[in-house]
Amino acid sequence: MKTKFDIPKTVPIKKIIVETPFVKTFIFEYELGARPGQFVNLWLPGVDEKPMSVAYCDEKEFWVTMFAVGPFSKAMHELKEGDLVGVRGPYGKGFSFEKDWRLVGMGGGYGAAPLYFLTVEAVKLGCHVDFVVGARGKEHLLYIDRVKKLKNVDIHIATDDGSVGIKGYNTVILQQLIEEAKSGSSKKIDMVYACGPEMMMKTISNICFEHGINAELSVERYMKCGFGVCGQCSVDDSGIRMCKEGPVVSNEVARKITEFGRYHRDSVGRVHEF
Amino acid sequence: MNIKKVIARGEGAGFGFESFARACLNSGDVIFCEMVMTDLKTEFCGVKFENPLVVASGVLGVTGASLRFCVENGAGGVTTKSIWLVEHKGHKSPVIIANEHYMLNAVGVPDAGIEKAKIELGKYMKNKPAPLIANIIAGKVDDYAEIAEKVTELGPDIIEVNISCPNVEDELGRPFACSRKDAARVTEVVRKRTKLPIVIKLSPNVESIVEIARACVDAGADGICAINTVGPGMAIDIGARAPILANKVGGLSGPAIKPLSIKAVYDIHKALPKVPIIGTGGIITGEDAIEMIMAGATLVGMGTAVYYRDVKCFGMAADEMRAWCEKNGVKSLDEIRGAAHGKG
Ligand SMILES: Cc1cc2nc3c(=O)[nH]c(=O)nc-3n(C[C@H](O)[C@H](O)[C@H](O)COP(=O)(O)OP(=O)(O)OC[C@H]3O[C@@H](n4cnc5c(N)ncnc54)[C@H](O)[C@@H]3O)c2cc1C
Ligand SMILES: Cc1cc2nc3c(=O)[nH]c(=O)nc-3n(C[C@H](O)[C@H](O)[C@H](O)COP(=O)(O)O)c2cc1C
Repeated sequence: MKTKFDIPKTVPIKKIIVETPFVKTFIFEYELGARPGQFVNLWLPGVDEKPMSVAYCDEKEFWVTMFAVGPFSKAMHELKEGDLVGVRGPYGKGFSFEKDWRLVGMGGGYGAAPLYFLTVEAVKLGCHVDFVVGARGKEHLLYIDRVKKLKNVDIHIATDDGSVGIKGYNTVILQQLIEEAKSGSSKKIDMVYACGPEMMMKTISNICFEHGINAELSVERYMKCGFGVCGQCSVDDSGIRMCKEGPVVSNEVARKITEFGRYHRDSVGRVHEF
Repeated sequence: MNIKKVIARGEGAGFGFESFARACLNSGDVIFCEMVMTDLKTEFCGVKFENPLVVASGVLGVTGASLRFCVENGAGGVTTKSIWLVEHKGHKSPVIIANEHYMLNAVGVPDAGIEKAKIELGKYMKNKPAPLIANIIAGKVDDYAEIAEKVTELGPDIIEVNISCPNVEDELGRPFACSRKDAARVTEVVRKRTKLPIVIKLSPNVESIVEIARACVDAGADGICAINTVGPGMAIDIGARAPILANKVGGLSGPAIKPLSIKAVYDIHKALPKVPIIGTGGIITGEDAIEMIMAGATLVGMGTAVYYRDVKCFGMAADEMRAWCEKNGVKSLDEIRGAAHGKG
């Protein structure tokens, strides 16, 4: 039996970056060995433990970008550099890509963070990435400055208030990119990647399906153990676990998840509609 | 003329046997042949299972779809996560930690109550792929009676009564499985409210599990499930200088507890040889399951195995059981049930 270890190890926070008033990035000096799309469970002793996407990872460190939304994330936002946080993982299936591909990354909210990690790794393999993000307004945009520093990337922005980029949803941009590629004025799109609010992903799933373009989506559900035992993140009707067979699933799989875009479950397993 | 004996095993045995027999006939030899095709079919409390490996309660049991997923991966039957009458919040996380030796859990038996169970079990019961064991839990004796009656209406094959969770508080501040009197009281009230077979799930954390099992059987239990998790135990993070599980303590499961579950089942079977047992605790491989059956179990529960070998653990263990049986000339598990008794 191969060695297994799924007990959190406490690690000091190396650095905290304030991204927006409600978003911080935490950097840990820890060899996590994650691939883009995977997540970690972060434990704050005495508070809680929650799943978070890996926003960047190399041999020395990894990053997590976190919205302050509730008890756990708000407590995390109170922490200082040097404070201890428990880490276990990485967990789940990540994004797949191959060298020299053209990728379109679709991010909403903190979804921009894992897509940044994907972009970093993909351009290393000679890929071209269209990095498409949506946000409420200019001050809520994440990761744009970091992505700008990467080669072989085009950035496209959509905001609800039109303060930067186009006004409206980022899915409008996806449609334009697909039409350009189809007309031959730009390179063929090999895969679309989506991470963000479920209704955004549902739209992306539909668009890609209609145009016959491959896509991978990060489908997030309430998670506890992270390693496929507790059954908390099993989805209907197939019963597959989003912490194990996901969170990243192909569009074919996503379209077989009958609850995708319709409902999710809370910590006691009760159904809530989106 | 020689006298030969041939044993052909498993799938394809027929072909191998036929060609061998032809060769022998041509040479004029006399052969005795034995063909071994093992059937893992098991009957428990009158319910028929394709194989004896059932998903233990609390693992992959939050939704009907999740239980189906286990059957697709080879489970012979499934057990729901413990069902409460009304919503019961679980503990904060971390709720489960594990390494190559053991798992420690204090999920806190979260559940949304009988209304949710109606929906989820309904999804499982539609074209039911394998027998369903509904596991129920309550904090008060009277609530056990009510939940037993309501769950019976949902049409499971068997009711398993969890009186042994080490990390939820009940009216006594300790599990009902800790005393003969309390265990019998719960069994009695459940017995009155359902005609389905009832199995009482016992705790190993007692002086004599045999005496508790006997009290349950005398009070009307049809079968016994042994064991629930051990301890509770604790793990401390030396950096944070704090217990890791949010509940501080949790039940121990996995490979480390197999000697305890084997002994519990052995002792219960010895004292109550007619009572069918679901042997649970640290069963990971097909050989482990055979060992449990030799101790006296009829069904074998697997929970933590999902951590070590993923959900395919059920199918893998079933294949391993079949392979072992065929190699050892065992055609049916009835031949080896309780085999460890009477020797040594
Ligand atoms: C695979 C995955 C990756 C994620 N990546 C990120 C990330 O990179 N950055 C980020 O800010 N957030 C991320 N989240 C969401 C994050 O887990 C929740 O925001 C966090 O758990 C909220 O906890 P809280 O106590 O602060 O707030 P609460 O008030 O407890 O919860 C707020 C909302 O967060 C969701 N949530 C709460 N607990 C969980 C849980 N255990 N599992 C899943 N969702 C939960 C629920 O929808 C809830 O309504 C991710 C979730 C998943 C499943
Ligand atoms: C994560 C987890 C949750 C559990 N939840 C329940 C439960 O809700 N009800 C119950 O009767 N037993 C529960 N158990 C106990 C198991 O059903 C089983 O008796 C025990 O874990 C020993 O078997 P194992 O080593 O195969 O896991 C749980 C065990 C684990 C590991």
